[in-house]
Amino acid sequence: MLLPVLLGVTFLVFSIISLTPGDVATMILGQGATQESVAELRTEMGLDEPLIVQYGKYLGNLVRGDMGISYATKKPVVEEILSRFPNTLTLAFFSILVSILISIPIGVISAVKQYSSFDNLGMIFALIGISMPSFWLGLILIIVFSLTLGWFPSGGADQLRSIVLPALTLGVASTASIARTTRSSMLEVIRQDYIRTAKAKGLGNTMVILKHALRNALIPTLTVIGLEFGELLGGAILTETVFSWPGIGRLMVESIQRKDTPMVLGCIIVFSVAFSVVNLLIDILYTFIDPRIKSTY
Amino acid sequence: MTMERTDAEIKPLIPRRRRKSRGSAIWRRFRRNRLAVVGLAIIATLVLAAVFADVIGDYRTKAIKINVRERHIHPNLDHIFGTDEFGRDIFVRVVHGTRISLFVGIISVSIALFFGGTLGAIAGYYGGRVDTVIMRLLDVLLAIPVILLAITIVAALGTSIINLMIAVGVANIPGFARVVRAAVLGVKSNEYIEAARAIGSPNYKIIFNHVLPNCFAPIMVYATLKVATAIMATAGLSFIGLGVKPPTPEWGSMLAAGRGFIRDHMHEVLFPGLAIMLSVLSLNMIGDGLRDALDPRLK
Repeated sequence: MLLPVLLGVTFLVFSIISLTPGDVATMILGQGATQESVAELRTEMGLDEPLIVQYGKYLGNLVRGDMGISYATKKPVVEEILSRFPNTLTLAFFSILVSILISIPIGVISAVKQYSSFDNLGMIFALIGISMPSFWLGLILIIVFSLTLGWFPSGGADQLRSIVLPALTLGVASTASIARTTRSSMLEVIRQDYIRTAKAKGLGNTMVILKHALRNALIPTLTVIGLEFGELLGGAILTETVFSWPGIGRLMVESIQRKDTPMVLGCIIVFSVAFSVVNLLIDILYTFIDPRIKSTY
Repeated sequence: MTMERTDAEIKPLIPRRRRKSRGSAIWRRFRRNRLAVVGLAIIATLVLAAVFADVIGDYRTKAIKINVRERHIHPNLDHIFGTDEFGRDIFVRVVHGTRISLFVGIISVSIALFFGGTLGAIAGYYGGRVDTVIMRLLDVLLAIPVILLAITIVAALGTSIINLMIAVGVANIPGFARVVRAAVLGVKSNEYIEAARAIGSPNYKIIFNHVLPNCFAPIMVYATLKVATAIMATAGLSFIGLGVKPPTPEWGSMLAAGRGFIRDHMHEVLFPGLAIMLSVLSLNMIGDGLRDALDPRLK
């Protein structure tokens, strides 16, 4: 399923971006260019050809690792993206790691102690976390931990400590929704007969929760983690802007403002390919957690 | 107190219980959820603020007019949220921003609901090859995160409120299609649908008169939650300069403008952000409350 989706995604993104009003050739040459030179460049760049042919060429270059030349820096798009992508990946990875480590215990405890004050408080915080705009939370964290307390830098990626605030900012919404999903799927699982059986045969409560309940409850959680990773990649665009984090999210925003179409296209394609690959990995993980799920990829 | 009741006590209860409609039962359950009621109260306040924004502060003279003498005033009695870099009252701007955010949120969700809902209903009702084709195509859209798709569309079409609503709306189409399709699949196999078909109702009539009204619950819940994310997406896009442009008082662009002054004037980012959070939070609380009220099995 991955290949057709990737083809579809790249085609869709390519078509949307080619809707951009204004002539690319005129933009490159400037308003003063003669009509002949514009027409020449158009032919040279293949802009006169039908969309599907242009896409075919782009795709052909893409699989060979060529995403064109940036209008702004005149350097290959791939180079720039490759140098920035690891930063975005690191940020997303740390964020999801932080969220998983915080959210799953909260979800499990909330479910086991349903309606306790821990549960109520936890779920109210989760609701607030989901409703908190990441770019605003980022600014607040900068005010508190960077400008007031001076514990962490407010931007950049020069030191190890730089990742703390962006990762926290980006991870909060995911933490909240993973916690909520874990709680509700745990609630469903701990009412199942096999949990009663496990308890009846004398297993300790902790053992039952961790080995019998959690493993089964994790399937919906995994789905949400996969979806959240996508949200994280999307959210990274905003978070990177807030913290001047040198990832492709910020690169994309800057390129949109500079009308650097090849760069924008490259960034969006890398983002969506990363998202699709993550979803595929999640699908594969399912089969390990629950062997009954047949692989369909 | 004895458990038995006299006839006089029981009689008035019987007709009243019969008269209770499904709607009032849902409302009764919804009311019992304290968070949901709080959410409803907040949203009601925000809607009032949006409706009476001009009464609270005139748009031309208070919300967008530059007043150099009153720059960066911290919150006080005259300006309860303070003023921004152009001396404009932040409270008035936040109130006017409510109008934009609620409007964009509702319109973009309506776009998504209309197109996504139609596609989902067709896919779910007809099934088979139609279903496969529609859903595979939507899978492609689903493979792009909502905010990224919205950014792509705005980047291509250019920044304006209309394009913003289109972008957020289109980005949400696949989600709505999935929810409506699932709901239609659940309703389709009921006997009353078969009955409608047996008396020869045309398909479009069955879909609109019998199938969709019974899918109302999940769609309503999803739409409420999606208005929340649409408001967040709108603010996010404006924050990175791809949405509503200054001087229009939009929460996201107010945050972007106040960002440069957070060291000394943090009130300029505090209040617009709080407004985003409150509106999103209240819609989420209502959505959760509705879900529990409409489907009591879940709680």
